[in-house]
Amino acid sequence: MTAALIGLPLFGATVLLLGGRRTNAWGHYFAVAMSASSFFVGVATFMSMLGRSAEDRTIETHLFDWIAVGSFQVPFGLQIDQLSIAFVLLITGVGTLIHIYSIGYMAHDENRRKFFAYLNLFVAAMLLLVLANNYFLLYVGWEGVGLASYLLISFWQHKPSAAVAGKKAFVVNRVGDVGLSLAVMLMFVTFGTVTFSGVSAAAGNGDATSLKLIGFALLLAACGKSAQFPLQSWLLDAMEGPTPVSALIHAATMVTAGVYLIVRAHAIFDLSETARTAVVVIGAITLLLGAFIGTAKDDIKKGLAGSTMSQIGYMILAAGLGPVGYVFAIFHLLTHGMFKAGLFLGAGSVMHGVNDDVNMRHYGALRGAMKITYVTFGLGFLAIIGIPPFAGFWSKDEIIKVAFEQNTLVGLCTLVGAGVTAFYMTRMMTMTFFGEARWEKDVHPHESPSTMTIPMIILAVGSAFGGLLLLFVGDIEAWLEPVTGFATSTEAGGMAWLMPTTLLVIAAGVAYAWNTYGRRPVPVVAPAEVSLLTRAARNDAYGDAINEAIFMRPGLHLTRALVWFDTKGIDGFIGGFAALIGGLSARGRKLQNGYARSYALTMLGGAALIAFVLYLVRL
Amino acid sequence: MNPNNYLILAGILFTIGAFGVVVRRNAIIVFMSVEMMLNAANLAFATAARTTGTLDGQVAAFFVMVVAAAEVVVGLAIIVTIFRTRRSASIDEANLLKY
Repeated sequence: MTAALIGLPLFGATVLLLGGRRTNAWGHYFAVAMSASSFFVGVATFMSMLGRSAEDRTIETHLFDWIAVGSFQVPFGLQIDQLSIAFVLLITGVGTLIHIYSIGYMAHDENRRKFFAYLNLFVAAMLLLVLANNYFLLYVGWEGVGLASYLLISFWQHKPSAAVAGKKAFVVNRVGDVGLSLAVMLMFVTFGTVTFSGVSAAAGNGDATSLKLIGFALLLAACGKSAQFPLQSWLLDAMEGPTPVSALIHAATMVTAGVYLIVRAHAIFDLSETARTAVVVIGAITLLLGAFIGTAKDDIKKGLAGSTMSQIGYMILAAGLGPVGYVFAIFHLLTHGMFKAGLFLGAGSVMHGVNDDVNMRHYGALRGAMKITYVTFGLGFLAIIGIPPFAGFWSKDEIIKVAFEQNTLVGLCTLVGAGVTAFYMTRMMTMTFFGEARWEKDVHPHESPSTMTIPMIILAVGSAFGGLLLLFVGDIEAWLEPVTGFATSTEAGGMAWLMPTTLLVIAAGVAYAWNTYGRRPVPVVAPAEVSLLTRAARNDAYGDAINEAIFMRPGLHLTRALVWFDTKGIDGFIGGFAALIGGLSARGRKLQNGYARSYALTMLGGAALIAFVLYLVRL
Repeated sequence: MNPNNYLILAGILFTIGAFGVVVRRNAIIVFMSVEMMLNAANLAFATAARTTGTLDGQVAAFFVMVVAAAEVVVGLAIIVTIFRTRRSASIDEANLLKY
């Protein structure tokens, strides 16, 4: 049952990749069917879990012994528990919707079959990531989604920018992967096992230093995959991929794998205050940095990418707050998965209508031309900025509350982040759908086909009611408690002032954005005379420049120096010696002149010399 | 008779032979000179055998004679072949095998 979840999309990918052009005609329907059937298997599993008591909801499936070397035992085992199933439903549910959307979005792409094969591959790898029952197998899924992400970012590899963006994502992710492999090795050294249950059970025996190091290594891994500071630079470039990819991989699922990892390894973080603090600091920095970048982007997808970084910052921060935060990290992850996927699909629909232009300064007044996109994007917008009763409100408000309970400074960061979120999302909404039309010539905005609008509508419904459903009908806090543990907030009912304050901050952000972009005309060309802060935000807060200055250029000089040493030093010595021998031989071979008599004389002379020496020695 | 005389004779024969090999161009003459050097060595072996009263020197001389007979066969065949193709028995002209 559990294996079928992964097996179905993997089968789809295999058939489409090996089948080649023969599957072009029906490949995309096949991929959708595989993804959807995986979703139905997930729903069936979920239903059967609901029918059991909270203690025995975990299903362990042992497929085979993968690695058995002495005391290093790695089973190829899968595990479904309350946390995994939430991810399974998100991945396969949103994944299937995006598969359907892609039928319309990629209709005119000649490589559509390959695109669907990669999407199925991604779904399979992501499911392996969340269903593995040990860190080693999780690592396989972790690399699998990295591969799928690389393939899909550079899907249009004929564009140099897309090829470079894919490479960049791959390289930056490798930095994070070093963290994960270090964490797995440290776990084995410290606890003697790499299974989730084994590590959780043995975590208490680990010494403080090991726990801290494992925590840091896991955090590095999470930073790479979830585009957290300081490894955030790849996510903005990843928007070079087709929009469905941005929605599925770089908003809803893959980039949240870091949050999953930290929540999954909560036994480690529960015991290490230092590691938890580091997680909170990284989360807070990224949530502000991402929001800051989002405020100045004219590219609609890059604006949303900044927003994704920021929202994942919220999740990481919540996960770092300890047992009180894990549930809300996952809760926000699920609601974010729905509304951010919806927003990205909306952005894709807008781009589809305006000849693939991504510059929001060329949009304006699209609400008349694209009614469904307008409404669905609007619901996603209300959800992300946190207006009650939409999904984002419930999850974000809880995170802000927990943050304030733990530390006022962290709480202030989340509050400011909420205000900035409201600002850049309102800016995006206004520039796209309101104001006067600033369309380019030959642009006739039109609504997208129903294969694209239906997934958007479903996700918009999720954005609107998903939070309510999860919190009150699904009771996510009680659901996740057996996995993450749940500590009720210390002063329940306190902080009554917080929610109105949050709403006030959000309202201020919306009002400021409306005042700047809604009531005044938006220049078609981005103003060049801007403040230093705006310029920094436009340049992704100089993330690339810093990476280049600190890592790339010294690395370049180092490799150049090594190449110079290799060619001049090592090759020079070897080559020079060979040239010396060669030169001597070229001269020496002249002695062989073809005259037998001169050889005879040489021999005679030599023999005489030897005889003479012998004669001398014998004296 | 004093064995030194035989050794001196062997030395003289060897020197004449070596001189002939180095200065003469005709392959036949050079060949004869080589034979003369070999026979000078044989004379020295025989003298040594006589002086020490053992047979070792004589055995060595026989070996040299056998080798010389074989060498004559091969050497003369080469000289005849070279003469046929090049119309000359001069060893200075047969100098193609060089650097």
